[in-house]
Amino acid sequence: MVAKMPKRTDIEKILLIGSGPIVIGQACEFDYSGTQACRVLREEGYTVILANSNPATIMTDPDFADATYIEPLTSEVLTKIIEQEKPHALLPTLGGQTALNLAMELVEMGVLEANGVELIGADAEAIATAEDRARFKDAMIEIGLPVPISGVAHSMDDAEKIIEEIGLPVIVRPAYILGGKGTGIAETLEEFNKLASNGLAASPIHEILIEQSIKGWKEYELEVMRDRADNCVVVCSIENLDPMGVHTGDSITVAPTQTLSDVEYQTLRNAAFACMRRVGVETGGSNVQFAVDPATGEFVIIEMNPRVSRSSALASKATGFPIAKIATKLAIGYTLDEIPNDITKKTPASFEPTIDYVVTKIPRWAFEKFPGTPAVLGTQMQSVGEVMSIGRTFPESLQKAIRSLELGRFGLNADNSEVNFQDIDDKELLKQVEVGTPTRLFEVAELLYRGVSIETLHDATGIDPWFLDQMLLIVEERLFLEQQNLKSVSHFSMRRAKRLGFSDCQLAYIWGEEEEAVRNKRIELGVLPVFKTVDTCSAEFEAETPYHYSTYDDDNEVAASDKPKVVILGSGPNRIGQGIEFDYCCVHASFALREIGYETIMVNCNPETVSTDYDTSDRLFFEPLTEEDVRNILEVETESANRANGPGIAGVIVGLGGQTPLKLANSLPENIIAGTSPDSIDLAEDRERWNAVCSQLEIPQPPGGTAVSLEEARAIVERVGYPVLIRPSYVLGGRAMSIVYDDEQLDSAMQELTQQGSLGREGGLSAERPVLVDRFLEDATEVDVDAIRDKNGDVFIGGIMEHVEEAGVHSGDSACMLPPQNLSTTTLATLEEYTNRIAERLEVVGLINIQYVVKKVGESETVFVIEANPRASRTVPFVSKAIGVPLVKVASRVMLGETLAELKDNGGLQSKATGEHVSVKEAVLPFNRFPETDAILGPEMRSTGEVMGIDVTPGLAFAKSQIAAGMALPETGTVFLSLADRDKEIGIETASLLAKLGFTIAATRGTATALNAANIEVIDVIAKIGEKEGTTAIELIESGKIRLVINSPRGRGPRADGDHIRKAAAEQGIPLLTTASAGLALAKGLIDWRSHTLRVRPLQHFHNKTSSQQRLEI
Amino acid sequence: MTEIKQGALVLEDGSLFEGELIGYEPDQGYASGEVVFNTALTGYQEVITDPSYAGQIITFTYPHIGNYGINAEDFESSRPFCRGIIIKDLARRHSNWRSDTNLNTFLVDSKVSGICGVDTRRLTRHIREAGAMPGAFGTANEETLLTAAKNEPGTSNIDLVAEVTCPEPYFVPSTRNNGSHNKKIVALDFGIKRTIIKHLSMIGDVQVVPAWTSAEDILAYEPDGIFLSNGPGDPSSVKKAPETIASLLGKVPMFGICLGHQLLGIAIGAETVKMPFGHHGANHPVKNMITGEIEITSQNHNFAVDPETLNGKASVTHVNLNDGVCQGLTIAEANAFSVQHHPEAGPGPHDSAYLFSEFDQLMDKVNGGQDA
Repeated sequence: MVAKMPKRTDIEKILLIGSGPIVIGQACEFDYSGTQACRVLREEGYTVILANSNPATIMTDPDFADATYIEPLTSEVLTKIIEQEKPHALLPTLGGQTALNLAMELVEMGVLEANGVELIGADAEAIATAEDRARFKDAMIEIGLPVPISGVAHSMDDAEKIIEEIGLPVIVRPAYILGGKGTGIAETLEEFNKLASNGLAASPIHEILIEQSIKGWKEYELEVMRDRADNCVVVCSIENLDPMGVHTGDSITVAPTQTLSDVEYQTLRNAAFACMRRVGVETGGSNVQFAVDPATGEFVIIEMNPRVSRSSALASKATGFPIAKIATKLAIGYTLDEIPNDITKKTPASFEPTIDYVVTKIPRWAFEKFPGTPAVLGTQMQSVGEVMSIGRTFPESLQKAIRSLELGRFGLNADNSEVNFQDIDDKELLKQVEVGTPTRLFEVAELLYRGVSIETLHDATGIDPWFLDQMLLIVEERLFLEQQNLKSVSHFSMRRAKRLGFSDCQLAYIWGEEEEAVRNKRIELGVLPVFKTVDTCSAEFEAETPYHYSTYDDDNEVAASDKPKVVILGSGPNRIGQGIEFDYCCVHASFALREIGYETIMVNCNPETVSTDYDTSDRLFFEPLTEEDVRNILEVETESANRANGPGIAGVIVGLGGQTPLKLANSLPENIIAGTSPDSIDLAEDRERWNAVCSQLEIPQPPGGTAVSLEEARAIVERVGYPVLIRPSYVLGGRAMSIVYDDEQLDSAMQELTQQGSLGREGGLSAERPVLVDRFLEDATEVDVDAIRDKNGDVFIGGIMEHVEEAGVHSGDSACMLPPQNLSTTTLATLEEYTNRIAERLEVVGLINIQYVVKKVGESETVFVIEANPRASRTVPFVSKAIGVPLVKVASRVMLGETLAELKDNGGLQSKATGEHVSVKEAVLPFNRFPETDAILGPEMRSTGEVMGIDVTPGLAFAKSQIAAGMALPETGTVFLSLADRDKEIGIETASLLAKLGFTIAATRGTATALNAANIEVIDVIAKIGEKEGTTAIELIESGKIRLVINSPRGRGPRADGDHIRKAAAEQGIPLLTTASAGLALAKGLIDWRSHTLRVRPLQHFHNKTSSQQRLEI
Repeated sequence: MTEIKQGALVLEDGSLFEGELIGYEPDQGYASGEVVFNTALTGYQEVITDPSYAGQIITFTYPHIGNYGINAEDFESSRPFCRGIIIKDLARRHSNWRSDTNLNTFLVDSKVSGICGVDTRRLTRHIREAGAMPGAFGTANEETLLTAAKNEPGTSNIDLVAEVTCPEPYFVPSTRNNGSHNKKIVALDFGIKRTIIKHLSMIGDVQVVPAWTSAEDILAYEPDGIFLSNGPGDPSSVKKAPETIASLLGKVPMFGICLGHQLLGIAIGAETVKMPFGHHGANHPVKNMITGEIEITSQNHNFAVDPETLNGKASVTHVNLNDGVCQGLTIAEANAFSVQHHPEAGPGPHDSAYLFSEFDQLMDKVNGGQDA
């Protein structure tokens, strides 16, 4: 029946644009889609040119494209790439809003036309129709689809006219903005004026849409696909639990729709197809959003994304239908009926998946890292990650999703964290749930528990009564269970509780028992999980792909297997401090071990990732990463091996997914952990044991100690002196870390730690979880080393990275250079030597990351060790790309028993790229989403993503990294410096370089005095706050002549001095650096940047060239 | 919480599935019928009231059933003809602006029994492997249920149409405002769905007649077109209709859906075969072999026309892309065509609705000028 393959043969070379760094609203879902696209295009025989600035992606692995440009994603850079590579086509629909916007820029600049590049997937006309809100609205009205009443404004005058027409409340949306940034609901005229003026400023085309507010309506999404023969299918329908008013990226969403009858659903389906056809997306996937009035069923179309999106990644994972892969095939000419369904292998992709389970997505936020920003959800997306869960019913799916979040919650309340609500009365709590917040779900459950009616809650929240009743089922079950106990509980009751998604942990809490006792009782009662399959067809056809989820039903579908198995525990939801880098590591392990004959088994619950693509591993378990769920998987896989008389589980990998799997290591049998033992991990983590290791190895550490109270902390300070670095133990991404300079700051820092709150759940203070108080070494250079040690003790140093920002800025937030540029050969040798010693002492088998601080005193440099992590670090993907060695692939084979020597022999480990290129990693921060928060770098990590700059000089590489991170490099004009005293020397060097480049200098009084003394002219001297005369910093910044602000405060705590300067710079969108060292690096970078013409080179070029060849090309 | 009535489903081959009884309490402690599964995500109200399910127990593969309640508009017939429903989870509370009552009340009122809490996926996989088979569920003991299942005749070689066809002819006026020149369509009712009548009445006046109506009586209505409806069971057991159709062929344009399609095939001498577990869902890709376009279709059949037996008397116009099953026929010289799937949807996608327009145009072409 399948016709001849009509793949396009008139194009051979295709340029794919990635989505750049992970930012809020654009995360690793685009690595997932881009990776699928690269694979498809290469399998189909096309030459793939890839541009993406994000090194932590799988797609930028050099073997996923023919030429991989890790270069800044700007139209200038892309023009260079196009001129150099001469691709025949550009596929812009798989790299998020970034790729789409860049494609449009290239079209408008005439670059595509001039170079004969065809846009495939969606043409410019279609993109403009979908993205430009006025055009979209007109197009929908033209085909008779209802849209909210609205008007488009290009000025405040327009805006005022429109508001008179529509009336309040309204929603204001700036055009061409991803993730709903700048969008908001105005209930008052004052709110409206503020939103409108900010929106006009934020939109790249100074356009806002003012729209009738449909807050409170039900929100739906349809993921649709279309091929060149005009065949359309819906891949997945999604219903938002949170009604309109909360951005869909911040909403709890459920697939499929739950409360629409077929008649209503088909109306939306028809509308979605009509929309896609009118917009003109000829091939590929789109996302169409609807709002439905719960009282009348009246619907309006909200928006459509003419590209693969976050929702389509979710839909792909929710159904097993790989939207990005199919979209790519459609873009190169296939029709849906010509593509086989991967899961069934026998049926074509021209169908609509049907599912026999319920999928729930819950976002994860990071408000605790952005003090000053209220934890309130709105029309602007603020979440940094998400989880997805699969259950046979909504209650099961919901509770699984909650425990997947890793927030110390084990379900819908009935756990230790619910005590937080007990002090709040019904009335107050009911008031709280009116607004969407990260905790609303739990508050609603608490109110249901207290007996508040569904009607009352529906009125307060707008959440559909069906969802509320499903939550009530959970609450009622809990009330019932409270009357039971571990002894009395029957098989039937236990099974019903498990079917409603209760975790053993919740049952233990309800009955006041240990989790282990509940587990044993459950097994004794024969209430065991079974694993079902995601198969796109609700079991109508046999599934070939082992993509599983657990539930408490009759039969188990995990097949017997006689291959040696490796279980890889993933990293769970993206959060600040643990993101795509760790997913990259898990994926690499799976690839490497699959290649050498292991059956790889991935466990993860993050729908955005490559790891949860069903063909990354031999088997995929889409499950929460908790002790209970992971042990269940190990048991079922052991049983699978026993049935086939197979060797069973050769190893469980816990060292690649960040803290998430590491925390589980202790609850798993020690003998099945692959690589470094849990005891070694503890040796590095436990402060007392670690100190002993360091003194035994004679490696200096900054002086310090551990404390559980303010008194103890003070005693340590007396011994070591200020400033000190305060670090709670067992936290991620420098959570609540601070540098304190005096008693007052110490008091408040300690108070912060001992208080309950988000940190209370993550850690709190106890003898097991003390706070670390160490002397903070000022003006020292921080260094990161990533290395691999094998079981025989051989060590491979992957890379030594020198941080650009001084010690005190979290390593995840600072830029770093590889190779180091300012360290002596002696120091480098010392670093290698210490790394060897530590790896040996910890008996590491696999990866280790060690953080050092190098303190210069006169001519001599002293190396101090800060901490060692015998596991994959955030920098591993960056290092791998910089040196051309896939570190995780090597490490995972080492963890399973191979030696470095063997790997060198069998080709598993090749030598590092020896070219003289310099790689710079720069962090990307989300401060623009949290305008109330001081945009200062400090010991608490706040970046969401990273970029890589790679070039032949440190200056060029650094400049590229800044452009890639979103900075418009200043060309002329004034630079404003306001520096802490300790930075004055470095400031002089920076200012003189900037002056040489033709910039004029403005500075605050103290800085100006220092600069003047060094014969640097300062044209504007800014008064200190409180001084009556002279220009103020804010006036200067608002004057519009400042192109760059370099402001380093004395301390790095919250409310550090100069916050008014940083706020003003952020508001004006002026590049801001908060360390003097970054300022100097930028000045040096600008010097190199000016003296060279822009060159772009694929990663393969750097990896393959020797140093002598490369030198010729500078 | 309401009282839980534990029960079980037993299939003819002895497979046992535990669950809880819902809906109408079965008279002898059990309900029996042929167990089939439907994979549609929405549309339980339409499915339960579709007469084509006569004699069958419907397993819904989507776990939550009853979420949006039951409304007054989405019935496919005056009452359910199915023998029961099997589901994973019954919504305790429904929510939708159109709903009038909940599913459980409707089941009780219309004397349909159901069983919930069943591992419907295990059941579906079993049917996929072993084929649709008789089963019985209820509160009776396992032995009784097994005997009941074994005594259940299934749907082969039984004329279920007699059970569901209208006893008397009835008239449905056209909803199309076409002056006084409305087309007249005679619809042979083998278990016709209301959505089909709705679609036909958008073309012209519809005269619905019982399945046993003779060709003479049909022609006496002076129809512009004849419609052969959907219906339950084994087409080879339907009495009289094939002969009636054969004698009308070529005289009046004809359009058949589902059972009507199979009967058209039988009327020209083709054979029908029973499929292992049939097609029941709303997501099957069907290729229109004339245009090359793909339609996502609503499906509900256990029998199919064997295209090898057409002997050149009809050509295949539609094919199911999942398994190659014949989904459409045309007999060009007789101005007759038919499809196996459900262009009226109810429930399901509307992709094939164009077939009603084709019927309209066919009548125009054949009766050219008559209408003007």
